[in-house]
Amino acid sequence: MPLDPTYLDYAHRGYGMDHGRYDWSMLADRSPVEWPGAAKLALWVNVAVQFFPLNQSGKPFAPPGGMSTAYPDLRHFTLRDYGNRVGIYRVLQALDDHAATPTFSVNAAIAERCPALFERLLARDNEVLASSWHMDTLHYGGMPEPEEAALIDRSLDVLRSAGCPVRGWLSPAGSQSRNTPDLLADNGIDYMADWINDDMPYPFRTRTGDLVALPLSLELDDQFIIRNNLHSEWEYAAQVADACDYLLAEAEATGHGRLLALSVHPWLLGQPHRIGAFESALEHITSRAEVWSASAAEIVDAWREQQTKQT
Amino acid sequence: MREDLDLYRYRAWDERLPIRWPNGARLAFWVAPNIEFYELDPPRNPHRSAWPRPVPDIQGYGTRDYGNRVGHMRMMELLDAYGVRGSISLSVALCDHHPEIIELCKARDWEFFSHGIYNTRYAYGMDEDQERAMIEDSMASIARHAGQQCAGYLAPALTHTEQTLDLFSEAGGIYTCDLFHDDQPTPVRVRSGRRFVSVPYSLELNDTIVYVVNRIEPRRYGDMIKQAFDRLYLEGEAGGTVMCIPLHAYQVAHPHRIKAFEDALAYVTGHSDVWVTTGREIAEFYLDNYYDAALAGQRETRRPG
Repeated sequence: MPLDPTYLDYAHRGYGMDHGRYDWSMLADRSPVEWPGAAKLALWVNVAVQFFPLNQSGKPFAPPGGMSTAYPDLRHFTLRDYGNRVGIYRVLQALDDHAATPTFSVNAAIAERCPALFERLLARDNEVLASSWHMDTLHYGGMPEPEEAALIDRSLDVLRSAGCPVRGWLSPAGSQSRNTPDLLADNGIDYMADWINDDMPYPFRTRTGDLVALPLSLELDDQFIIRNNLHSEWEYAAQVADACDYLLAEAEATGHGRLLALSVHPWLLGQPHRIGAFESALEHITSRAEVWSASAAEIVDAWREQQTKQT
Repeated sequence: MREDLDLYRYRAWDERLPIRWPNGARLAFWVAPNIEFYELDPPRNPHRSAWPRPVPDIQGYGTRDYGNRVGHMRMMELLDAYGVRGSISLSVALCDHHPEIIELCKARDWEFFSHGIYNTRYAYGMDEDQERAMIEDSMASIARHAGQQCAGYLAPALTHTEQTLDLFSEAGGIYTCDLFHDDQPTPVRVRSGRRFVSVPYSLELNDTIVYVVNRIEPRRYGDMIKQAFDRLYLEGEAGGTVMCIPLHAYQVAHPHRIKAFEDALAYVTGHSDVWVTTGREIAEFYLDNYYDAALAGQRETRRPG
């Protein structure tokens, strides 16, 4: 039996994207961006502060890094909790030693489950961006909109009522429903990090106006390189260094500022055998005078200001 | 289903044709950028789902979109720098979606060949008329947008039927990249008896297989390319070999990967007896000079009767 004849219909075969969320544009064709201090490369270190519940529902899939044995998976539960007890302090020390600015993407459940850590993070005055409730509250295609709206509202409410002026969003596992961007904009979110289709920020449409898409590289994520690809920690450091050098050279050659977005998980890089490799990567990046270490919102603001100027 | 589609006959590697490529080159080197469009919400194919996560799988979609927005220009300029004209394995709907990329490649006299309409539309389950329509659409699109007669085929997402190569040959194609059985071109049997060949396209050196399936480190990928080259260049002395590097801008052109690839590309193109060419040129040269000799010297894969 042949396929349904509609399989050879191509309804969206036309100019641009096959959806209306953003315009098609090649990075090389965009107007130049210059970072503060005439820096060539903006460095965004996103430190994930996560809670993986033991009674994971896995709906509609198990989040990367989540529980994977029969209940109770104390093995993975405690390995992840290690990040919040031990690993994050090593990661913060490494960042502070290199004057690198962290941005914390926080599961709101952390504020309730781990207030001592949450207070320590707030006291640092670094930016906090929201990352839903916990790693098992996935946003996904087919999720009922009221359920997702309530989840976003509840997550933002906890962080904002603790005094964080939350502007940014990162979905657990980088997963969204069709409604996520609209619901984020409805709730005063101004940029999101889930779309990984670019090396620079770009405008993203919602029903209540534009968001900024600020891509957090997946291919250069510590979990992707070390846990998914099973590369060594020193190979991770080498790849980060290569990315830094390439982006600097590209910025130099084109006169367009570039962004190095590092996604860091304290439960992974904060292990004693890995932290040295992370320090070495930071040393490589921050020893370059043309690097501007900034929070995600500062990067968004610097980018947006120049978009306005140019129009 | 059949045990074997009997697409080609047997030839031992140590009895291969003593091919000499143009100017006496012993190795024909070609690079095949796959320039693809993946749909956010493709229609369902009963034999394979397009995305692992529920639609919208923005992570999978964004990964591919990165290649067109960011990676393509990096990869293209790198190939320019080493004098390589790409042979594009094209999701032809990209002519409609992203004509800017098509124009850039046309201006460089790159070859365009068919990789189906979208990389999210699979041939699995198509009957002969449907697959013929898809193939003819793809060839007509290349003619219309790129001004070229499409010569080569790589099935979309490597989805085949028993008739795929027959249909492509009947539509006017002369070579396929779908078969990975040899390091030299070989005649391929199609039902019409037309002259049709396989041009080696190394799945093992394909960056997506390297990075996504085998999860290899960027610098090791560079080393693999150099080692493959050394061996094929050495063996090419006794009988010309083909080396292909299939690429995807959404894999190789990431900032942490492209330098390691550049080192390997510089190494390969820095050798003298290398014919840096395209898939079509390899196929045509082989058809003109070695196809008949190859047919005469091949063994059946099994005893007749």
